[in-house]
Amino acid sequence: MSNLAVLPIIIPLLAGIILAFFPKQLSLVRTLTKIFVIGNLVIACYTAWQVFNQGAIILETGDWAAPYGIIIVADGLSILLVLTTNIVAAACAFYAPYSLPDKKERFYFYSFFFFLISGVSGAFLTGDLFNMFVFFEVLLMASYALIVLGGDKVQLRESVKYVFINLFSSMLFVTAIAFVYGTLGTINMAQIAQRVQEVEQQGILTTIGILLFFVFATKAALFPLYYWMPKSYVVPNPVISALFGALLTKVGIYAIIRVFSLIFVHKINLTHETFIWIAGLSMIFGIIGALSTNNIKLIIAYNIIPAIGFILMGLGVFNQEAISGSIYYLIHDMLIKTSLFLLVGTIAYAAGTSDLRKFSGLIHYYPVLGWMLFVSGFVLAGIPPFSGFIGKLLLLTGALSNEEIAIVIIALLTSLLILYSIMKIFIKGFWGEKNESFEYKPIKGRIAPVAVLLAISIFMGIGAEFIYPSIESISAYLLDPENYINAVMKE
Amino acid sequence: MEFIILILAGVLFATAIYNLLQKQLLRLVIGSVLLSHGAHLFILTMGELKRGRPPILTDGVENYTDPLPQALILTSIVISFGITSLLLVLAYRTANENETDNMEQLRGNDNE
Repeated sequence: MSNLAVLPIIIPLLAGIILAFFPKQLSLVRTLTKIFVIGNLVIACYTAWQVFNQGAIILETGDWAAPYGIIIVADGLSILLVLTTNIVAAACAFYAPYSLPDKKERFYFYSFFFFLISGVSGAFLTGDLFNMFVFFEVLLMASYALIVLGGDKVQLRESVKYVFINLFSSMLFVTAIAFVYGTLGTINMAQIAQRVQEVEQQGILTTIGILLFFVFATKAALFPLYYWMPKSYVVPNPVISALFGALLTKVGIYAIIRVFSLIFVHKINLTHETFIWIAGLSMIFGIIGALSTNNIKLIIAYNIIPAIGFILMGLGVFNQEAISGSIYYLIHDMLIKTSLFLLVGTIAYAAGTSDLRKFSGLIHYYPVLGWMLFVSGFVLAGIPPFSGFIGKLLLLTGALSNEEIAIVIIALLTSLLILYSIMKIFIKGFWGEKNESFEYKPIKGRIAPVAVLLAISIFMGIGAEFIYPSIESISAYLLDPENYINAVMKE
Repeated sequence: MEFIILILAGVLFATAIYNLLQKQLLRLVIGSVLLSHGAHLFILTMGELKRGRPPILTDGVENYTDPLPQALILTSIVISFGITSLLLVLAYRTANENETDNMEQLRGNDNE
């Protein structure tokens, strides 16, 4: 038992509260934000180091023994995601002052930013189903405030839809928890897993599993529940879009991975086979959306859907390699989606519009920006030696060893089209004649955070040998639910 | 007793869904409020409406009431109150800014 596990939740929460006291002194708030995100990152690194060396850290809050109290579980998967969350948060915190107008920063942007990080970390770390709902609400509340920050006409219009969809799925989540409590008499995830195992997931339990999948799939924007996502992710400021694209959908897919690798694993023919089809359809429809539009922000937002499809595909195949691929792809996608959203935000700022038909020849003014977008496209599509390649390779070998040929073909074709959708921005927006009447706007500060993210993701590709062993141990841990149950219930 | 409460929850759910399918913003808000109330009642029935003793450990008392559903509902009620008030303000501002409260007219186009 160690209090280390709760720090990634508590520190952002305190930071958000402290920053709420003086929203008007912008330079002070910005400095404090940077100190807090760096401090939090260091603590997350230290916790991750502890977890990978000494096994899962479990905190029983208020000294209530495992099945009764709320517990915080920092195992390999959750702490890895918390670490990535903090990297993403740091990049966004350094990008924010350049991108947000001062007026929006004064409207408590940094407080909501920290509440969001706190909620996301909490959802990753909790070991209790109802507590997960509460943390979902914490992060959703922060996201409601962030999406409408500034109160433009478009923002208000899209945020209404966003709030309604999320409220509806939250209430279904509560209903699903009521079902779980009614049938199994517990909401502690380890104990639920234990009891489901005892009755071998008979009767209503699979239905409850699918209901939970429906809830998480809505939050993760999977086919056919993604319709609310692309537009509401492009209306706020680029830095907020980047946070949403990197974190919110990933919380949903994390919950799916957790629930369907720990609790509902006894009817794999039914549930996990379905996941493969949903993953394939998500890839197809997501990429069709990305190809259908000329709005550069929407292209990136639609690209979230096939990425979630790839992650779900690994879970659907459900063998060691495929799950490793899923986790690798999850981490990779969090980093690269942030950098793409930030890059596209910078391009839209530099060009003065996000309509691809209205600008061209930017490469003459912004060579670095153009080549970074080029590299990001390669990373996203999975060209070796970047990080996307390793994840996809693992996913495809996993799927091939289970002889899921159809999904492999769909995945490969989708990867090509993803590359095309990003290159479209590069070809149409950056290539072409020099536009003499163009007004140059300095973008220096906006480049640095993205460069750091790209460097990390290139390291994840080239240095895969250093990272792969820990990912492999996480997937071995996930494939055997006993590990989690024993760690929490201490038997 | 559980049976009656379950039917009540079902009626609330049905009314909520009917309201959520309307186009007027305020009706959507009402629908979401009713939906959360239905879900809360549902948790209450799932915990079984026993008439036992308070869940405090004393000698000689065997029949305790389950305290957990109430804790869950209380948390959930607080959250749904918060969201409802946010939603009302949001709906008001949206209707004012966009000069309509009809969801059909709040669609927008691609490049803006």
